[in-house]
Amino acid sequence: MPDTAPAPRIIQRPSLRQRLARAWDGDIAYSFRRSPSVVVSAIVLALFVVLALLAPWLAPQNPFDPATLNLMDGKTRPLAPNAFTGNRFLLGTDDQGRDVLSVILYGSRLSLLVGFSSVVLSLLIGVSLGLVAGYGGGALDSVIMRTADVQLTFPSILVALMIFGIIRGFLPPQAHEQAAIPVLIVAIALSAWPQYARTVRGVTMVERNKEYVQAARIIGLHPIQIMLRHVLPNVIGPVLVIATLGLALAIIAEATLSFLGVGVPPTKPSLGTLIRIGQEYIASGEWWILFYPALSLLVLSLSVNLLGDWLRDALNPKLR
Amino acid sequence: MLAFIILRLLQATLVMTVVGFVAFSLFRYVGDPVSNMLGQEATLADRAAARQSLGLDQPFPVQFARFVGQTVRGEFGVSYRQARKVSTLLAERLPATLELAMVSAIFAVAAGIALGVFTALHRTGWASRFIMTASLIGVSLPTFLIGIGLIYLFAVELRWLPSYGRGDVVKLSWWSTGFLTPSGRKSLILPAITLGLFQMTLIMRLVRAEMLEVLRTDYIKFARARGLSNRAINLGHALKNTLVPVITITGLQLGAIIAFAIITETVFQWPGVGLLFIDAVQFVDIPVMSTYLLLVALVFVFINLAVDLLYYAVDPRLRVDTSRVSH
Repeated sequence: MPDTAPAPRIIQRPSLRQRLARAWDGDIAYSFRRSPSVVVSAIVLALFVVLALLAPWLAPQNPFDPATLNLMDGKTRPLAPNAFTGNRFLLGTDDQGRDVLSVILYGSRLSLLVGFSSVVLSLLIGVSLGLVAGYGGGALDSVIMRTADVQLTFPSILVALMIFGIIRGFLPPQAHEQAAIPVLIVAIALSAWPQYARTVRGVTMVERNKEYVQAARIIGLHPIQIMLRHVLPNVIGPVLVIATLGLALAIIAEATLSFLGVGVPPTKPSLGTLIRIGQEYIASGEWWILFYPALSLLVLSLSVNLLGDWLRDALNPKLR
Repeated sequence: MLAFIILRLLQATLVMTVVGFVAFSLFRYVGDPVSNMLGQEATLADRAAARQSLGLDQPFPVQFARFVGQTVRGEFGVSYRQARKVSTLLAERLPATLELAMVSAIFAVAAGIALGVFTALHRTGWASRFIMTASLIGVSLPTFLIGIGLIYLFAVELRWLPSYGRGDVVKLSWWSTGFLTPSGRKSLILPAITLGLFQMTLIMRLVRAEMLEVLRTDYIKFARARGLSNRAINLGHALKNTLVPVITITGLQLGAIIAFAIITETVFQWPGVGLLFIDAVQFVDIPVMSTYLLLVALVFVFINLAVDLLYYAVDPRLRVDTSRVSH
């Protein structure tokens, strides 16, 4: 802003550009710029998101559409022409003639979709239950937190498997295929909520007794309004860190469930499905079916993990 | 001490009751047990008879009590998919999983403590640096990729070890063991390493961090001043004092080993309960699912209890202060 501005304008909100500039000079952006591995991870993740979003236009083939597949193309080596059809594929094909590159693009789309949706869903569940437990206290608090305790005793992958099986039990068999992805999202989300609930509850119990919350209570705001408008913004920092690390966990959980054969339906292969198929062929020399999806999964989860670690350190004032 | 044990036992009973309730609700309310067991062609009279023999016409508390009674006696119902008793299926599969879990737990603890002590004592050596970096990569890899990597290296390329199954097993009454045949022992190596690797790195990092902390303390300096041998200082004085957190983590991770065996068993086609459970989830085989849930809960509760009791054996301070400090 020009310095000719009249005095009252000082209390006006700074323009977007100023705020961006200030953020760029701030501690978080500084620690971001300083660490090359974090910058690379951010670029890799952004690249994955863009590639996944543009998959229908970028992929040479739609691996979810059986009509475009040719069984004769099956098990083609990368870049070498197929023995029957003469088609070439950059990363080869799997046993059913699906182009590995296309499956990786569509598969990461599925992985990111399941990952992001389940993190958002478990955030919603965990944060609201944590707020209610921490702000309300009493019997509701003990019920919510004991449930979380019991669930946390078991590894989350086991909980996700169990919930997946239970939801399928309620659905008619013919709906299993269609509902597989939503069921997967719900199962992974329900296996992760206690982490968020615990953190939010802890911070909320501290914030509840601060003066600004007391002031809000005195002017007669509804508890829900206090929780959402006043307490929530102050507990969101640590939650963001868990959410980032949770994204990596959700992506790996999706891959693991699909690898176990209980995740996405076989007609919609994700990275885990392709790794499962690829494992059958490592003994016979078709390494590319396994190698490229495994590499993509590794790079994806590693970059999300690195970002999460960085965010945890950057948002922790004790480490600065 | 006694009060503490009783409190813990009560908590354990409570958790088992809750899990039992969940398992019962699964069996009772997910799908219709009668049509699951009789199939589509059953007549109405057949259904009513089955309903009565299963006790489904009785009020809820009676049904639950009956379920608990059957479970305690080891009757878990009949698998919908395999039409065999769940208890028989479990008896067939359990030895495979328990042997695998035991070997990988021993591997995780032994290798974890040894490498942890080594990296703590030779902090700046190239070998320790290599081990620490490798462990970091190992932690961020999904279990199934590690398993496949090991299969590729040792079974496909080097052809040293089998890539799937248990090899030859010997029957000792109902327990089938792979320990007694060469092929059984060879088949155990890769799955056990895959399953135990994560826990191994965890224990290693923990032991290393604790050791570094303890080695800085005054009593270690004093022990050195007294002229004790390095071996006595490192193992007798330093390592012993790192064991309390190690026992906690190891105990809790043992339960995780049983659960993560699901993934390892799928990778290596290991005929254990994990593979049975995956099959059950795929085909919504509720009796098998709820029995597995009960089994895993029992293992977890038992391990937690054992860990709490082990504290007393390891840490003398807890034994002295029990009258004043409440837990």
